[in-house]
Amino acid sequence: MSAVLTADDIRRALKRMAHEILERNKGADDVVLMGIRTRGVPLAERLAAHLEQIEGAKIPTGSLDVTLYRDDYARTGPLPLGQTVFPDEIDGKVVVLVDDVLYTGRTIRAAMDATMDYGRPKAIQLAVLVDRGHRELPIRADYVGKNLPTAAGQDVRVRLESVDGHDEVLLEHAAEVTP
Amino acid sequence: MTALTFAGARVVDPAANVDAVANVTIDGDTVTAVGDQREGTVVDADGLVLAPGLVDLHVHLREPGREDAETVATGTAAAAAGGFTAVCPMANTDPVTDHAGVVEQVLRLARDAGHCDVYPVGAITRGLKGEELAEMGAMAALGVRCFSDDGMPVRSAQVMRRALEYVRTWDAIICNHAEESALTGGAQMNEGQLATLLGLAGWPREAEDVMVARDLVLAGGLGARLHVPHVSTAGAVELIRQAKQRGVRVTAEAAPHHFTLTEDNATTYDPVYKVNPPLRGKEDIEAIRAGLADGTIDAIATDHAPHPPEQKEQEWMHAPPGMLGLETSLALTLTELVDGGVLTLSQAIAALSTNPARSRDISGHGGPIQPGAPANLVLFDPQQQWTVDARGLQSRSRNTPYAGMQLRGKVVHTLLRGRFTCRDGQVAA
Amino acid sequence: MIDHLLSIEDLTADHITEVLDTAEALKDIALRPIKKVPTLRGRTVCNLFFEDSTRTRISFEIAAKRLSADVINFSAKGSSVSKGEGLKDTALTLQAMGVDAIVVRHSASGAPQQLTQWVDAKVLNAGDGWHQHPTQALLDLFTIREKLGRLDGLRAAVVGDVFHSRVARSLVQGLTTMGAEVTIVGPPTLLPPRVDTWGAAVSYDIDEVVPKTDVLYMLRVQRERMSQQFFPSSREYARLWGIDRDRLGRLPEGAIVMHPGPMNRGVEISADVADAANSVITDQVTNGIAVRMSCLYLMLGGEEVAA
Repeated sequence: MSAVLTADDIRRALKRMAHEILERNKGADDVVLMGIRTRGVPLAERLAAHLEQIEGAKIPTGSLDVTLYRDDYARTGPLPLGQTVFPDEIDGKVVVLVDDVLYTGRTIRAAMDATMDYGRPKAIQLAVLVDRGHRELPIRADYVGKNLPTAAGQDVRVRLESVDGHDEVLLEHAAEVTP
Repeated sequence: MTALTFAGARVVDPAANVDAVANVTIDGDTVTAVGDQREGTVVDADGLVLAPGLVDLHVHLREPGREDAETVATGTAAAAAGGFTAVCPMANTDPVTDHAGVVEQVLRLARDAGHCDVYPVGAITRGLKGEELAEMGAMAALGVRCFSDDGMPVRSAQVMRRALEYVRTWDAIICNHAEESALTGGAQMNEGQLATLLGLAGWPREAEDVMVARDLVLAGGLGARLHVPHVSTAGAVELIRQAKQRGVRVTAEAAPHHFTLTEDNATTYDPVYKVNPPLRGKEDIEAIRAGLADGTIDAIATDHAPHPPEQKEQEWMHAPPGMLGLETSLALTLTELVDGGVLTLSQAIAALSTNPARSRDISGHGGPIQPGAPANLVLFDPQQQWTVDARGLQSRSRNTPYAGMQLRGKVVHTLLRGRFTCRDGQVAA
Repeated sequence: MIDHLLSIEDLTADHITEVLDTAEALKDIALRPIKKVPTLRGRTVCNLFFEDSTRTRISFEIAAKRLSADVINFSAKGSSVSKGEGLKDTALTLQAMGVDAIVVRHSASGAPQQLTQWVDAKVLNAGDGWHQHPTQALLDLFTIREKLGRLDGLRAAVVGDVFHSRVARSLVQGLTTMGAEVTIVGPPTLLPPRVDTWGAAVSYDIDEVVPKTDVLYMLRVQRERMSQQFFPSSREYARLWGIDRDRLGRLPEGAIVMHPGPMNRGVEISADVADAANSVITDQVTNGIAVRMSCLYLMLGGEEVAA
């Protein structure tokens, strides 16, 4: 596997995405960040830190476990559940879902359903560190750290400081892919 | 009829103290010779055991009243398949066998079916209620010599004592279902650790022992004849042993399920294992086997209790107690007791045939097999393995706890007064 | 997870922990505006109650519906072979209808186990005779863990008619599996034969046990037991084995009082204790839904949706 994003790359990407969120939403007044478990959560926290640094205001941040909304329950069987914490009321707010990798889009579909069950946001936007293509549903990200063309079977691994001890995004070599 | 000789069988005849290979000739309804003669048609019986036809002191033929479970015809057919030539059907029919009319009916039904002899047991009290004596004299006139409210205990010591006294007129026997029902209200299985865990109300051993003790004391005091049915506890065995030593005129029986199965079977909650008195523990099984070996328990009696499948496929709590027994008794005795070194083959035959006949004064059955005796015989293959098929039994019902088990010992022929009631393992029409 | 939830005996400490952890994650669904998640959409859960129990049935119904399962209520009260459809026929009917799970309550011990031989559905025991009530024990364990932070090493006393109680059997087994120290308290007549083999201490003296107890679990004592001579009068029972203000005061700091409900105020528990701050009885009811959701979630996974 080779590194396609270094720690510095990640830091710069997140900073840029924070600016984009502010630009698009004309400030941070109604923004709520929801990190999708597991690695979306520290990413959301970092984005919140950047936003706070730029705008001076504290952005409500929460975590979302989509296990109960997955569409493959029948196949996988019961998976362990994580906590879902919405920091505030989300009615009328802009909920920015944050995840590490956007792939088929099914996780985001589940995350949107979970969010809608929780309240009625003004809008839902999506921020991802890596978009690796191969969508199976009509879902697109609003804020992308890096667009990474991949083959379907290739493995993309995201490592984050708080979870894995260091920052890095790795891509399996095309030749390493087992058919 | 021409003479028929069974040649080369091992003749086991405890009444005549015989256990040896010999030829047995029958002609018409009688045994004519035992020795090395080869008269008439010779049937090769090499490898088989020839014994007096088995006698079961305790069966429920259900007719009249519960013909959906069994009839006298199907029950006696099951008996013939099991090697029996005489059975004693209990009185808890509907109507109850507490008057001569039902006795007559049962005798006639058995005669018409022709599979084996029946010696009906009459009720002790009217309707089995334990209050008023039944007309035992009228039943005695038809040959009844044993009375029992089996299924129900005679709760009142006074009634029990009167009954023991009254039947001395005919030197008859009182057989009391030993269950102190004040201690067994709602009981479902043997009381103990397992019943507690399974959430089933317990049937304490004390409930049986207390009543066996009572009956032995009452019988002893009167010099009356007592028979103890379906002994299931170690305590009862010991009480009977001591009573016999004191000279009390008591005989006792035990059922195969009480010397082979423990209460652990109840963990399946399959009501096929529900029986009254219940299956108990290892110590009880050991005590009953020892009792059979030393003669404390005289007879093996099946307590054959058929119930239709829908009754036994209910919740344990709602299912009636009882197991089939006629078609598996001999094999279980051979497999578990003879092979197990508890009884010799001769002792086993004594328990299955000779002793039951003797204890009930049933003449013509139980041996001895000698010239002039009625030809009531069983020939079985002691080596043949077979699997118990609940649906393939002669009985109308299927509630045997041994379904699917492999047993050793199969009846080949049963003869009732010289006529085959079971031939080559098939019940004769 | 296991195939059928028939008895607490079938669950290891790991199983129990999994159920409790999952229940914790599911509990907050009750606090959301939309109290539903789509997880068991398309599955059918049948409440097969041969014995009346509005409370337990509703608890299971809410639990199933919050997971978006469809619920059918089959009231088979008084059903028996003599009156029509018996246990086996009812089971075969449900099997033919293709339900995914059957929650069964029955007055006959062992009936849920017997049911499993006739159906492919997962069977959950909602209480059978005197035998087991596993979800009650699980919600009790959840409540204890929630209030006191742990189960291992806790001192629990189970007081009352243990003989006739399926709740007691399940709870004592659950507590001992999770490492709690259990004492069973009551008059000898209300303690079952061989209770000494349950892995718990036994005492006839509640006053000796109360000061050393973190969880005081009071069982219901039915008045009918009096006429069956298990104890002479409710007054004497209450005096010797009931919990009142006095005894409550002698519990150690932080101890909790629990009851499976419904309570016989004035017999095993005095009215003022029932309403006292340290009783967690209403929490037990709330947690019942989360725990039952947890059981349904864990048991109905991994199967194709019934056609």
